[in-house]
Amino acid sequence: MDLNLTAEESVFRDELRAWLEVNVPKDWAEWREKPLEEAFPHMRAWQRKLHEDRWAAVSWPKEYGGRSATLMQQAIFWEEMARAEAPPMANALGLGLIGPTIIAYGSDAQKKRFIPKILSAEEIWCQGFSEPNAGSDLAGLQTEARLDGDDYVVNGQKVWTSFGIFGNWCELVVRTDPNVPKHKGLTVLLVDMSSPGVDVRPLRQMTGESEFCELFFRDVRVPAENVLGQVNDGWNVAVSTLMYERGSYGARLHLLFKRNIERLIALSRMIQRNGHPAADDPLIRQKLAQCFGEIEIMRWNQLRAFSRITSTGVPGPEGSILKIFWSELNQRVQQVAQEMLGPYGQLAGGDRHAVDNGVWSYGYLRTRGNTIEAGTSEVQRNIIGHFVLGLPRSY
Amino acid sequence: MEFGLSESQQFLKDHARKFFAGECPMHEVRRIMGTDTAYDATLWSKMVAQGYTGITFPEEYGGVGFGKVELILLVEEAGRALLPGPFFSTVALAGSVLNAVAGTEQKKRYLAPICVGGARSAVAILEAGASWNLADVHIASANGKLTGEKLFVPDAAAADFIIVVARDGVFAVEAKAPGLAIRPMEAMDPTRKLYSVRLNSTPAEKIGDTGGLARAFDVAAAALVAEMVGGMQRTLDMTVEYAKTRKQFGKLIGMFQAVQHQCADMYLETESARSAAYYAAWALEENAPDAAVAVSIAKMYASDAARTVGNRGIQIHGGMGFTWENDLHLYYRRAKTSETAFGDSIFHRERIARLVIDGSAVSVQRA
Repeated sequence: MDLNLTAEESVFRDELRAWLEVNVPKDWAEWREKPLEEAFPHMRAWQRKLHEDRWAAVSWPKEYGGRSATLMQQAIFWEEMARAEAPPMANALGLGLIGPTIIAYGSDAQKKRFIPKILSAEEIWCQGFSEPNAGSDLAGLQTEARLDGDDYVVNGQKVWTSFGIFGNWCELVVRTDPNVPKHKGLTVLLVDMSSPGVDVRPLRQMTGESEFCELFFRDVRVPAENVLGQVNDGWNVAVSTLMYERGSYGARLHLLFKRNIERLIALSRMIQRNGHPAADDPLIRQKLAQCFGEIEIMRWNQLRAFSRITSTGVPGPEGSILKIFWSELNQRVQQVAQEMLGPYGQLAGGDRHAVDNGVWSYGYLRTRGNTIEAGTSEVQRNIIGHFVLGLPRSY
Repeated sequence: MEFGLSESQQFLKDHARKFFAGECPMHEVRRIMGTDTAYDATLWSKMVAQGYTGITFPEEYGGVGFGKVELILLVEEAGRALLPGPFFSTVALAGSVLNAVAGTEQKKRYLAPICVGGARSAVAILEAGASWNLADVHIASANGKLTGEKLFVPDAAAADFIIVVARDGVFAVEAKAPGLAIRPMEAMDPTRKLYSVRLNSTPAEKIGDTGGLARAFDVAAAALVAEMVGGMQRTLDMTVEYAKTRKQFGKLIGMFQAVQHQCADMYLETESARSAAYYAAWALEENAPDAAVAVSIAKMYASDAARTVGNRGIQIHGGMGFTWENDLHLYYRRAKTSETAFGDSIFHRERIARLVIDGSAVSVQRA
């Protein structure tokens, strides 16, 4: 066990840190609060800049434009991005989930066609996985694709599609054989979102914003050459994408959480409670300390999991504790913020009395989604029960 | 950066697991806990032969010279086996105190015998106020003698000398010293017995100042967290095993999500406490600036998690979990003793608050 950075990791960090210092857009403050539609072109430009110096997809193999970064280097990458307060990249799903899946399962022609434009943010990708009747039970999805000549004809509906309105391409999971057990009749298609019959509608979520979309497919023709992996092997392809989701998603969160708790600690010195600063209130102190401690444990869990993946080669189901840990912790942190802020906690950004431009009101609502998105806490506990502890399948 | 165990660390841990499984299985734990002091001389001498009593102390005193990570890996396995007797008190606690506060001569006199198996020790800290803040210690020496009462002293009756924390320093008191009275306290954990230690003009040798105690207690607390993790792991293993064999309504109870999700939470709590224990040990070894905060985070989390894991384990075992013959309650009892030792979660949350809310400069290390 040695938690000091290796020489190689230090070089990686120093190079990145220096690069970010020079290149993080100076005008980000002006557009970070803007609606996504207005911010998106900036995010595209930012990704292009990262890509020009091979920072857009550090985890990817060198021959595909990445740096073949180790997991620890990937963790360093996201920590440095958060530390530098760098904007998010436009093609988050393409870089994080779909690109790696294409690299793993795609034909040479597909890699050549899609990979460069994922990196350059020229083509934005979205994911067509969940359906109104297939959420946690993803394999029960109903969107169907029928072979007709050289094309598949797709009909159905998807939901909870991030970046749907910007999506040029979609990794779509469809049912190609309804007559076999549900996991065995699925196929992944790479779908051009400008195809006739594709309809994208923003989905308004409980925060009031539209991070997600619904996708409707009516007789959409997709060339058979756009099958990713093998026909009817789509479950394995999709699961591989979801593993990337669980593996890398948590890494970038630690510093964001850390920033939240540091801000709450700063606020606790200013906010009055029972005639004294909240920082002097024994109960508030206990709650802030608990959050502070758990945010550190979240990082230690991640580092331990990364070390384990590094030694075994694949992301394992242990990643499930990371998802449960960060999502439930984030909700607890937001609850503590609400308790501390009292009536001010409910004020949105537009209100002139709002604290921190309404981030705590927003965060309280938004974090309800954390224990649902990317695998509900219940599904995660099923995964631990069955795949880690070896208990019999419950469903 | 590598948060996994090195090959030699893994070897040490595996070896310790086999050693304790072979030399101290549960029927031995039950036999030894039934004795007056829960100290077994034969088992002790075998541990000495393994180098366990000198694991983390310098070779010049007969120790093995390993670091804090190795210490806590060993203690974790001892915790998993529910090792009874004064191992924790002697090695993780008294040894750490001696190592931190004593001078060379006194280390030769007190630490060296611990390393080579010639002595066992206990550390007397708490008084009637039961405060883990050193500022609340009242006993002070007068003319080289100590008078007063220490409470909740683990393993005092098994010790050859007792280390007494006083206002004006850290003292060693021989077990046979005049005016020393050691009386059992009827406490919850029969594997780690607690005592009151009365001193009445008892001759005491000053072995060091109290300045180094905080760090020594941090080492002991980190080791205790590891011991708790070992107990949590064993409780989890027993519970999962039970859920895989017990049938109700014609099904294995491990199929029911109400049971399965509790097991998943036990796993999450155990692994998270383990991450915290390992990190804290590493931070202490490296003298990292966040070592004290890391220890408090680990003890805060494990104090609650060990109890919760025990609660879940007993609940899932149903009526069996409530019997004397099932081993779960022995782990549950140890978890309660350990929960309060070196401060419970409330104590450590306040300590974290002092470090990170009041002392604004302290921030846990970032990569």
